[in-house]
Amino acid sequence: MNKYSIFSLARNALSHHENWQKAWRSPEPKKAYDAIIVGGGGHGLATAYYLASEHGMRNIAVLEKGWIGGGNTGRNTTIVRSNYLWDESANLYEKSMKLWEGLSQELNYNVMFSQRGVYNLGHTLQDLRDIQRRVNANRLNGIDGEFVTTEQIAERIPFINTSPDSRYPILGASFQPRGGTARHDAVAWGFARAADSLGVDIIQNCEVIGIRRDGAQVTGVETSRGYIETPKIGVVVAGSTSVIAEMAELRMPIESHPLQAFVSEPIKPILDTVVMSNAVHGYVSQSDKGDLVIGAGIDGYNGYGQRGGFQTIEHTMSAIMELFPVFSRVRMNRQWGGIVDVCPDACPIIGTTPIKGLYFNCGWGTGGFKATPGSGWVFAHTVANDAPHELNAAFSLERFITGALIDEHGAAGVAH
Amino acid sequence: MLLIPCPWCGERDESEFTCAGEAHIARPLDPDSLTDDEWGDYLFHRTNTKGWHREQWHHTAGCRRFFNVLRNTVTYEIKQVYKIGEFPQGEEQ
Repeated sequence: MNKYSIFSLARNALSHHENWQKAWRSPEPKKAYDAIIVGGGGHGLATAYYLASEHGMRNIAVLEKGWIGGGNTGRNTTIVRSNYLWDESANLYEKSMKLWEGLSQELNYNVMFSQRGVYNLGHTLQDLRDIQRRVNANRLNGIDGEFVTTEQIAERIPFINTSPDSRYPILGASFQPRGGTARHDAVAWGFARAADSLGVDIIQNCEVIGIRRDGAQVTGVETSRGYIETPKIGVVVAGSTSVIAEMAELRMPIESHPLQAFVSEPIKPILDTVVMSNAVHGYVSQSDKGDLVIGAGIDGYNGYGQRGGFQTIEHTMSAIMELFPVFSRVRMNRQWGGIVDVCPDACPIIGTTPIKGLYFNCGWGTGGFKATPGSGWVFAHTVANDAPHELNAAFSLERFITGALIDEHGAAGVAH
Repeated sequence: MLLIPCPWCGERDESEFTCAGEAHIARPLDPDSLTDDEWGDYLFHRTNTKGWHREQWHHTAGCRRFFNVLRNTVTYEIKQVYKIGEFPQGEEQ
């Protein structure tokens, strides 16, 4: 794999950029692999990359039904933060944040990680208490965070509606300076290119249609491109988790919901940070291209159709209008829906299953993008060692039987 | 937007309703006799069907009554609406 650098850019400029090496191969599936990752989104590709780079497993493949990064990886609002309340999630997301901070260098691919800070607004006294508690918890866990007042918010974002007369007045916020955004497509492409250069086969247009077992041990996967033998299957398929689980006769504590996102027409730079609000339920940032990237909550019903309902669009826009009346005449360019796998406690499931050799990484719900590198890192450890890393040990499937839930629902900064 | 035929009020916009999750999950009559596995399954595990799904809806901004809907989770088509305690046509359980 040729390294990207200022010199490779100059060299390729001489040939009018027509001779760039392909970023990854398109190999035919082999008969057998040491491990197979099902799902070529950010998390799956990151898992494959860390399996190859950290655990020396290079005879592995990533199977993707469509094209890599074509699912939720390319359908989210790209926010990265690690200011979660509970120790288990704070440590997991902070691991991810640390990986983000060196990711472009490690992958030799610019993922455009921009630490522009994340505000989580509070609109009620209870919001403020929760925010202060969360900021304090974050600081005890070594995660940056501060409480900011309405005046400080107005100074930093002059056009946000801080009027005390608004329906949901802004009373304060938490601010995580190291939070920010990253380019979602580049994350998938960067991990794919880096994994491919370590020998990982990335096989697109290859749908898994069955899981073969010998007793309680997996032996391979049936795919739309034939049977592939493998002793280890790591499933990272977000909204399709229950579909794959059913192939292995597992029941999951997961429900799939559409989650919508929006981008506006490009406008001149106006918003240089990320603003999220739990109470009015919306979040917004501005991409480097100039469009406002907007998201909100899930559609309330189970759904696998990658689109969303109109009343959710209306709800999202009214939330954004409440916070930013100045955006009222900005037109939305595009809207789309991704299928998110929602867990009862709004925390992921990353671990082993009762079936040997079958591992699941799912349940990220509405907030998986920020965890992409960390999720891949701990899941690679889990698949390679047949046991979870201490960072993801608490995120087991068994917690729904033992009752040891990690109750981030409501405790997390946003908008789940 | 879905157009949902409430068995009592007729067709109304989805925005009047709240989806109340998978239908036909009966509360165990004797919870103390359940194993942890069974109790966890009752509380948390869901069928999450891709295709025809039986679910409960609540007419929150209308008659405020619950009812069941047989809906396709891919096309979002509603095939049948039936009352609590009943089953879809042709299905016994």
